[in-house]
Amino acid sequence: MNTFSQIAAVTAMNLRSLPQRVGTSLVIVIGIAGVVGVLISVLAMSTGMLKTLTSAGRDDRAIVLRNGSAAEAASTLTLDAVRTIGDAAGVRRTADGKPIMSAEAFRVLTVYKREDGSEANIAVRGVGPQVTTLRPELKIVEGRMFEPALTEVIVGQSAHRQFRGLDVGDTIRTRGANWKVVGIYSTGDAHDSELMADIEALVSAENRGARYQSVTVKLESPRAFSAFKDSLTSNPALSVDVWRESEYYAQQSKAIGQIISTVAYVVGGIMAIGAVFSALNTMYSAVSARVREIATLRALGFGAAAMVISVLVEALLLAAIGGGIGALAAWLFFHGRTASTSASVFGHLIFELTVNAELVIIGIVVACAIGLIGGLFPAIRAARLPVVDALRAV
Amino acid sequence: MKYFRLVWAGLWRKKARTILTMLSIVVAFFLFGVLQGVNQGINEVVNNLNVDRLYTSAKSNMVDGIPIAYRDRIKSVPGVLHVSHWTFFGGYYKEAKNAIPAFATDARELFAIYREIKIKPEYLDAMERTRTGVLVSEQLADQYGWKIGDRIPLGTSIWTNKEGSNTWYFDLVGTFDASEFGGGFPSFYINFDYYDEAKAFGQGVVHYYIVRIDDPRNAVSIAKAIDTQFENSMNETRTQTESQLQQTQIKQIADINFIVNAIVGAVFFTLLFLTANTMMQSIRERIPELAVLKTLGFSDNKVLVLVLVEACVLCIIAALVGLAIAAAAFPGLKVILGNLPMPPIVVIMGVALAVGLALVSGLPPAIRAQRLNIVDALASR
Repeated sequence: MNTFSQIAAVTAMNLRSLPQRVGTSLVIVIGIAGVVGVLISVLAMSTGMLKTLTSAGRDDRAIVLRNGSAAEAASTLTLDAVRTIGDAAGVRRTADGKPIMSAEAFRVLTVYKREDGSEANIAVRGVGPQVTTLRPELKIVEGRMFEPALTEVIVGQSAHRQFRGLDVGDTIRTRGANWKVVGIYSTGDAHDSELMADIEALVSAENRGARYQSVTVKLESPRAFSAFKDSLTSNPALSVDVWRESEYYAQQSKAIGQIISTVAYVVGGIMAIGAVFSALNTMYSAVSARVREIATLRALGFGAAAMVISVLVEALLLAAIGGGIGALAAWLFFHGRTASTSASVFGHLIFELTVNAELVIIGIVVACAIGLIGGLFPAIRAARLPVVDALRAV
Repeated sequence: MKYFRLVWAGLWRKKARTILTMLSIVVAFFLFGVLQGVNQGINEVVNNLNVDRLYTSAKSNMVDGIPIAYRDRIKSVPGVLHVSHWTFFGGYYKEAKNAIPAFATDARELFAIYREIKIKPEYLDAMERTRTGVLVSEQLADQYGWKIGDRIPLGTSIWTNKEGSNTWYFDLVGTFDASEFGGGFPSFYINFDYYDEAKAFGQGVVHYYIVRIDDPRNAVSIAKAIDTQFENSMNETRTQTESQLQQTQIKQIADINFIVNAIVGAVFFTLLFLTANTMMQSIRERIPELAVLKTLGFSDNKVLVLVLVEACVLCIIAALVGLAIAAAAFPGLKVILGNLPMPPIVVIMGVALAVGLALVSGLPPAIRAQRLNIVDALASR
């Protein structure tokens, strides 16, 4: 018999005996399912959050902030600056020649959760009259759009679902104005966690003069970005930072995404170490349960490689099953669940946990790595077993 | 106690297996110690917060600000001893990514309110003399290598000053030690009077008033008295105690409790399986030995207890090792909790959990051992 058929024969025999060792084998399966389940669930948080944030950015839009501002909240732009930005090269215009842009500012509003009344801060974003042309993804799903210059707001659907007092017809009191909720909108991205109102109404209610925080413009095409950027940065009267919108949101979400991934990998890593020990335990006892069998096979002339591989295959198979169960459990329990955090540029950000194929692959890879490490040493032990002693034992 | 050596010998019957099982339990309790430690640590910080401090902000939202003119009106409320204030300045050092938590304040009153923060009196005097002065925490000064007398440029994208510049210069006049406070105490203080005068717009507004009161028992009524003063005005206020304020902030970031419990739950469910399996195996292999014990006159219940004790010893030793490692690793979490040791309650919770784990996982094999029939067992049937 050549090595390959030896391996195949021993492995098949080994796997067939698995049902007799259900108890010990379950330890590996459940241990690894736990690790993979926790890892994927935590990563699903960052995946969902990043998806919500980055899908808010498009390549054919650009956002302009005051020079040195890390985020919108720390930026101010004057009316003059806003006009200059609208006149810059590369900005798409409407049929009657107006630039498609939205000069925006937001104020923070304290709201209370529907379920337990706990408070959160969300953003009321003042947007320009072109906002629906600028953001075609914005759809009114209930009620109507706000009227210009009136103190009316529309509410993002995620915010509407999560917080009280934001139904159509409700009135929101802020300093200087009472805002009437006239509609619910959906954008399918991070803006769903916000409220929107007319920028002029917002600025006059705030009574702080015409101050904007950011300007978002529609570009003639994604390639027009560098022309747009150059025309602004070369203007000595302006000191602004210009971002492609997609890059802006990607950069904004990087820090928080990294924190969550770090937590996931540290906690998952520690759990994985524990799972390696339990895999070692299981595989050692699997080997010791088969001592006589292994010695007999060796005496019959089966090679050491066949022993090593049969043990490794068993460990890997159990690990992969565990990984699959963990991934499935994470998907069943957490996929699509709503979560929220205030640790973001949007104030309160509401997002759905997302378990995607990439995470499942990561989970299975981690599971197999644990299985491989946990199987390796017992496999070597199986191969090194002194045949004569082992036959005599028991 | 006289059976301890018997238990001990049973435990080490198969060294490799016992060590591997222990190591998995150690890892689980390490994780438990760290996660639960952070969780309890935060709770402890919140609950131990000074109850004689109140925070007043705009009712609509903190960022709206309230007039500086409110200071004297708050001070006139009976029971109020000191009033200081915070106004967020923000800013960065050299590059936008080096964000500095800078606040404008009235330093002398501020340090009269935060008595646990250590500062030399001469620094406070210097701060009063130097309009452009700044007080920073020792930690922040170390981080950027600042020395007293240094002139620190602070960039800001919000507050243009009257000279039209976005870079403000401050003279470092002193440092303070905020380690007693735990995490989260702002570490860069400038003079409010100077800041308010030098900025180009938005004068006369503060974000928080911090109030020290004479008797913590009056916290609720004083808070109410402050808010009533400004009811129905342009700038309505909301006054909270320190722990209310922190609780809202922590809860907004994430529901830490839920995450910790979910992870720890998953870990222990896994572990239960592993330990139960190890004990089961160990008993199965020892059936003839247990039968011998019974032959020698050990009662059924005594055998049951022996097996359970063995499981307890295994779990508790491993749990203590895991918790010890977690306690040793705790200073690494300084960023989150400040200089806080692992709360002792975590050790108690951990040991209780270890005993629970041992009992649940040890019970099935123990019952099996208890019910062993001597004749069958000796005959290996």
